[in-house]
Amino acid sequence: MSTTGKHLRPIDDSTVVLAIETSCDETAASLVMGGVDVLSSVVSSQIDLHAQYGGVVPEIAGRAHLDLLNPVVARAIVESGVDETRIDAVAATHGPGLIGALLVGVSAAKSLALTWDVPYIGVNHLEAHLYAGLLEKPDLEMPLVVLLVSGGHTMLIEMRNHGEYRLLGRTIDDAAGEAFDKVARFLDLGYPGGPAVDAIAREGDPNAIDFPRAMRNEGLDFSFSGLKTSVINFVRKNPAVRTADVAASFQAAVVDVLVHKTRRAAEQVGAKGVVLGGGVAANSLLRDRFAAMCADDGRACLVPSRAMCTDNAAMIGAAAWYRLRSDGATSLDTGAFPNLRLPLIEGSW
Amino acid sequence: MLILGIETATERVSVAIGGHEGVLGMFEVTRGRRHAETLTPAIDFVCRQADVTLDEISVVAVDVGPGLFTGMRVGLAAGKAIAQALRVPMIAISSLDLLAYPLRRTDKVIAAVIDARKGEIFHALYRQVPGGIQRVSEPTAGRVDDLIADLLARSQEVVCVGDGAIRYRDEISAGYRVEIAEQFFAYPSSAPLVQLAHAKALREEWVNPWEVEALYLRKPDAEINWSTRNDGKTS
Ligand SMILES: [Zn+2]
Repeated sequence: MSTTGKHLRPIDDSTVVLAIETSCDETAASLVMGGVDVLSSVVSSQIDLHAQYGGVVPEIAGRAHLDLLNPVVARAIVESGVDETRIDAVAATHGPGLIGALLVGVSAAKSLALTWDVPYIGVNHLEAHLYAGLLEKPDLEMPLVVLLVSGGHTMLIEMRNHGEYRLLGRTIDDAAGEAFDKVARFLDLGYPGGPAVDAIAREGDPNAIDFPRAMRNEGLDFSFSGLKTSVINFVRKNPAVRTADVAASFQAAVVDVLVHKTRRAAEQVGAKGVVLGGGVAANSLLRDRFAAMCADDGRACLVPSRAMCTDNAAMIGAAAWYRLRSDGATSLDTGAFPNLRLPLIEGSW
Repeated sequence: MLILGIETATERVSVAIGGHEGVLGMFEVTRGRRHAETLTPAIDFVCRQADVTLDEISVVAVDVGPGLFTGMRVGLAAGKAIAQALRVPMIAISSLDLLAYPLRRTDKVIAAVIDARKGEIFHALYRQVPGGIQRVSEPTAGRVDDLIADLLARSQEVVCVGDGAIRYRDEISAGYRVEIAEQFFAYPSSAPLVQLAHAKALREEWVNPWEVEALYLRKPDAEINWSTRNDGKTS
């Protein structure tokens, strides 16, 4: 028998969750009260450690998480202003992500839960991204359509209620963030690719090159690998082209498809609002176009702050609160799930 | 003084609680589920069976490696988190010390050898001293041939212990006349961890949780590939 749940108090607005996120290259901890009130959110990025390799190196990430986690957790507790005896539960991302990275956070979180005799909650990272938006506007009316765009995922999800998700569309090849990274590497703009393209695109003409909008009028799935190939072919044929124009035109093509399909998805399910989430949601053009679309359509719109779009532990704490309320604690004998998917309701496809 | 010992550097998960009265409770498993699944329930189980609550623990001892990276980090993350939450110090001990220690009554040189996978081993040499053992070579990652060359240079009687010694039994025996310690000693255990940590704790040789670092002895593969690729290049 594990101690999990022994001292479980009723889950309410005053329930404080300490959340830990170590699924990729950010070591993060946060204290969140009642699923919406962020008391502290500390994120220590490892970008500098991975930059020279042009991508996240799993073993380097695992090592850095182990070294950074204690100080990050300590800082999150201090900055929250609450005493650690007020912590009612400890949560960690348990998937999807890099197994060696996930295990550091999971192992630490379970141990803290055991030591403090409070419940442990294993959180789905993708579900947490959906909650990142709700942290800023918890009263949004359902159903919502969420566009989740990151380095690993590009998905359109219908959120009917807490924990009730239906997959509407997804990428059939590269994730949007992956396309940004690959194009940035090809154009020699550095790593990570998203912010690099975003920055230089501001000096370019988005209409300079008419890159293809793949599958724009077919269903709600996405494809970005053809676009990446077009960019490479175009630059090889036109070596004199301005890099800023290529970046701006590429970005416009990606954003155009993302916004177009989100609007279509929202119409299809009669969404009351649309939410943007994931690392690519930090892209300036996407944020502007997303907001403009909502204004045109008269739909509630949620474009979270940039800090909530990229990986953080506050969103883990929010998702954990809802999961604790609906499902209770996670058993201490569970590990990490590198290929975890979003839990979808029946009749998804 | 009660010590919680956490050992996950090899395939084994081992947890013990002990102190002046020796080992009060212990759990150990060398096959089955993975480290992350087993460890926390194991700590809980040992505490309950030994009738100890975690807040009675005054030191957390961990095996810092060398060993299998992912499993090692599960134990280190757990130990560091518990020590931080309890506000108690930690004691860090190498897996090679833990392998050699149970053989401390031998007059021979003890070679602790851990299977590092990818055709390599982690190893260090020890000898008996009054009251215990002393390390006489630095922990090293390398090939079996390197260890054999080292042994030949010393030309002393040797006993090899650890899963690396078992795995490379034939190669080691062919290169140098050695005794191979039996399978029962093949993995580090939390009982000698608590025993060694107790001695260190009496000397107050402890560290803060955030100062405990894993002893990897090997760079991440990407770094190795990168430095080979960039050899000779000016940057
Ligand atoms: Zn993410």
